[in-house]
Amino acid sequence: MQLESMYQEIILEHYRRPLHAGLREPFDAEVKHINPTCGDEVTLRVMIKDADGEPTLADVSYEALGCSISQASASVLADMIIGKTVTEAVAVSDEFLKLMQSRGGAEPDEEVLGDAVAFEGVSRYPARIKCALLSWMAWKDATARALSQQAPDDADTGERA
Amino acid sequence: MSLEVARIRKDFPILDRTVRGGRPLVYLDSANTSQKPRQVIDTLTEFYERHNANIHRATHELGEEATEAYEGARITVARFIGTADETEVVFTKNVSEAINMVAYSIGNATAGSGSGRLRLAEGDEIVITEMEHHSNIVPWQLLCQRTGARLRWFGVTQDGRLDLSTADELINSKTRLVALTQQSNVLGTINPVPQVISRARAVGALVLVDAAQSVPHGLMDVGTLGADFVGFTGHKMCGPTGIGVLWARRELLEEMPPFLGGGEMIESVWMDHSTYAPPPQKFEAGTMPIAQAVGLGAAVDYLSEVGLEAVRAHEQDLLRHALTTLAEIDGLRILGPTEAIDRGGAISFTLDGLHPHDVSQVLDDRGVAVRAGHHCAWPLHRALGVQASTRASLYLYNTRDEVNALADGIRQAQQFFRTA
Repeated sequence: MQLESMYQEIILEHYRRPLHAGLREPFDAEVKHINPTCGDEVTLRVMIKDADGEPTLADVSYEALGCSISQASASVLADMIIGKTVTEAVAVSDEFLKLMQSRGGAEPDEEVLGDAVAFEGVSRYPARIKCALLSWMAWKDATARALSQQAPDDADTGERA
Repeated sequence: MSLEVARIRKDFPILDRTVRGGRPLVYLDSANTSQKPRQVIDTLTEFYERHNANIHRATHELGEEATEAYEGARITVARFIGTADETEVVFTKNVSEAINMVAYSIGNATAGSGSGRLRLAEGDEIVITEMEHHSNIVPWQLLCQRTGARLRWFGVTQDGRLDLSTADELINSKTRLVALTQQSNVLGTINPVPQVISRARAVGALVLVDAAQSVPHGLMDVGTLGADFVGFTGHKMCGPTGIGVLWARRELLEEMPPFLGGGEMIESVWMDHSTYAPPPQKFEAGTMPIAQAVGLGAAVDYLSEVGLEAVRAHEQDLLRHALTTLAEIDGLRILGPTEAIDRGGAISFTLDGLHPHDVSQVLDDRGVAVRAGHHCAWPLHRALGVQASTRASLYLYNTRDEVNALADGIRQAQQFFRTA
């Protein structure tokens, strides 16, 4: 049985009890990403605030409709990066992308990835990599939009999606 | 006339292999693409080993053999779908290309000097249905954008049939073309195509039938159906990928402007204009998938030899077994007709609290190959209020044991995710 290598307990746990789920206000940018092969979708919002001169993810909220992998991935994503600076979060996201593209050949850095290392098994199933990456790609997009919209001395809020 | 499935299975080498660490393959994804019998594989090999050459233009013995094989396949396919005129059979790469060929040809007729009934004007209407595959939706959206025609569609009832209650209003004097599937790739529903055709005839509209899911089961006689265009594809009927068919009535093919321009589709070329070869060559620009066409001919021969009536009887038996077996699973909802009446062997379903991707993953782990997602019929899923579904589809080589393996796998998925 190879199923457990994909559906590790951490993933099932996040799937059954997703963290930080639901769309919250205020936010700087909102995006909706769709996986065209299965119709899974995630709507994701980010709010970025300045903390000691560093843009920081004050909140990441989401609504995910989809399989266990895509839902768990959204939960892990939010839990990992809320409170991190954008630079730190990008490092996590890059490491996660590397892991997902490894076809099971990577030695994931648990220091950087935390619970996201559990997705290593998913990287062996090409059809499911998109599921795991859906919310991460949405987050990247939302963050880029938020940063490009943000006026230098108006870091806060808005319905600017 | 019954079908000896054990003997049939021996014809399909791939059914012998194991997957996912030693599990026997249970292939329930034939509506996606069918497996290929040895007879088709051998035909492809023999063509490449013994007869390979370009067709129609090569002035040598191999060229003659290749041309004969390719044109022979056209005759075989023509007889299979019930036409005595093989020049009504145009080879394409798949159904999508066949439908696009008609849509672009109508667009070209509208833009240029095509004949009357192929020209669209602002306010003209094209009618499709909500249960179409994307390949019978998007080409018409594009055509409407190019021409100003209006796209309209039949709805679907909650039990997965076409809602024909609006037929007389939907198909009216503005309707120029009706395009619909003969058998839904998601619901298995076999549509009352003759009824729609007679309504279309009454208002002078043309009819295109997407027969991708019906021709593989021998459900096509263009002579009695009365449609104007029929599209189907080789790879869903034991043939190779890369080869499909557009059948159209001869006089329509003559009226239709070409779709793709290029080599072999011309009669004569000057620098500023060209004249075109007669159909079907007019629509077969460039070097065609020759071996694949020959392989499709072999697939048709194979299916004919097995006997389409026996194939359908076998599939219906499996379908009844599957519908009964799946109905016993808690939380399982079959999309489409739940009885084997006017219904083929594509069975899509949802499971309470379980996403199709997760279901198919558990099934795959047990060697059971199904499809998960919207099956290129997103609007249909929306109409039925589901995001995605899991689909098992049956063909001549499937067995009752395989249907049972599907049911066992579904129960295991429920257990794994603890939903039932």
